[in-house]
Amino acid sequence: MTVTKNPLRDGWTIIVKRECATCVMVVPVIARLVRELPSLKVYTQDDPTFPDGVVSISDADLSASWHADIDTVPTLIFRANGVETARTVGWLRSEWRELTGIADLGAELPEFRPGCGSMSVDPDVIDKLRVRYGGEILHARQIDIASAEDEFEAMFSRGFTDGLPVVPPTPERVMRMLNGTSRAPQEVVAIAPPDLVELTVEKIAVNAVMAGCLPEYLPWVIAAIEAICTDEFNMHGVLATTMPVGPVIVCNGPGTRAIGMNSGVNVLGQGNRTNLTIGRAVQLIIRNVGGGRPGEVDRAAHGHPGKLSFCFAEDEANSPFTSLAVARGFDASQNTVTVFTGEGPRCVVDQLAREPEQLAQTLAACLRTVHHPKLPFAFDAMLILGPEHARVFAQAKWDRERVLQEINDRLHLPGTEIVRGAGGMAEGVQEAFKDATLPKFRPGGLLLVHAGGPAGLFSAIVGGWVNGSVGSDPVTKLVAT
Amino acid sequence: MTNRVILDPTSEKRNTSRDLLARPKTISGQTIGLLDISKARGDIFLNQLESRLTTAGAKVLRFRKPTFTKPAPVDLRHEIATKCTLVIEALAD
Repeated sequence: MTVTKNPLRDGWTIIVKRECATCVMVVPVIARLVRELPSLKVYTQDDPTFPDGVVSISDADLSASWHADIDTVPTLIFRANGVETARTVGWLRSEWRELTGIADLGAELPEFRPGCGSMSVDPDVIDKLRVRYGGEILHARQIDIASAEDEFEAMFSRGFTDGLPVVPPTPERVMRMLNGTSRAPQEVVAIAPPDLVELTVEKIAVNAVMAGCLPEYLPWVIAAIEAICTDEFNMHGVLATTMPVGPVIVCNGPGTRAIGMNSGVNVLGQGNRTNLTIGRAVQLIIRNVGGGRPGEVDRAAHGHPGKLSFCFAEDEANSPFTSLAVARGFDASQNTVTVFTGEGPRCVVDQLAREPEQLAQTLAACLRTVHHPKLPFAFDAMLILGPEHARVFAQAKWDRERVLQEINDRLHLPGTEIVRGAGGMAEGVQEAFKDATLPKFRPGGLLLVHAGGPAGLFSAIVGGWVNGSVGSDPVTKLVAT
Repeated sequence: MTNRVILDPTSEKRNTSRDLLARPKTISGQTIGLLDISKARGDIFLNQLESRLTTAGAKVLRFRKPTFTKPAPVDLRHEIATKCTLVIEALAD
């Protein structure tokens, strides 16, 4: 990266461009100032022959404009002892006269004309300028892609992708991504498993670019990473297990709507950039920075398609229940991510239940099958209640706690049904539990989220993984800008 | 034509490779650690090994990870490394 010094010197400076009508209007003023202010230097951003009749300095590389923090042209600056002491932008006759001490300056011009946008703040170039002049902001190793090499194929051949094409993380794109957070690029967010690498904001931003994120998604990616890289969530184990699980990211709070997340129709499916790219960025970070790749530390026997990305928002606006985040101790006004170790979702169909007890019975019967109908207590589950199912409970005035209680009450499994060999199935609990009654889920092991399209008497179940301190606990983190 | 530049998305770490130690000529006289990773039925496998190794003249020490889902704690790894000349890990059920 090129780091240049501010080229502006003591004395007077004017920065203009021909494309600006106000700059063109003040050409006679500039011509007079050149005569009366010997120190004056005129920088021109676009046409080096502008202003006509004045010797100007080309600022085609916008270095003077960038270093002087010019956002409007024309700008008149005075510097003394290396420090800027006066500045006016656009054309305000009284200010130009006061600054220059020339009482009749611009008498022939109108009193006021607004200036034009500086080329150095053009959204298409500002990130290039930051890379060029911003100093050592980016520390990641730079990789040259040869001119004859296809940049998308280059990402595949270097092993950087999840099997789908990624956006090449150019310095300009990464700089733009970093605008999404106030955190310093070199701040260490987490220690990323499995290689236990210090994970910086910059490396997260690089992978977020590749995933297709917009900068406003970055704080959500960071929060999700903070959540999965905890001892409680145990991302190392989630990765290394032979079971088909990965991080399921549930987003809560008003920010989910601000960044355009989907919580409704096809909530767990394709089509929404925000949902998909946040989840994908998290997985790419674990792959690329953490070093967790399928067939290496990732030993999943089957995996599931959601290991590309599994991220969605809870439908809070239409929910009859308190949200998952509120149930986990956060305020509804806060933006949060909750991570849960989950397999792929499965559908629960019950189009006939109109009484809450009937629906609770159906949900319990389906939840019992998580991983195996004879295995209690070891696995959590997430129940994603569709709006039409939620309505059945809401009409009976069942709240979140009641719904969960009623389902759990129907999931006390008699030992005689679940011991090894019962029902002709070898799988099950040890014979010692034959006379016991065991709950399918540990306390708090069933998570409830409200999401999905408005039509369809369906819900979804996401089975979990080994729970608690020997496996993984759900973790919720605040999203910080 | 200028080359395009991308930023490295990886940790930029490079693995170091180490040579394996020479195989011991005999089991007899070795202190062999058996690491149970806490997976179901791993103990059955390790019990068999302990019996065979002890018969062959080795001293056997048993170790256990708190959970198979997490890496072995650093203290446990250090203890095995300082006490044992060989280690055998029961990886899965």
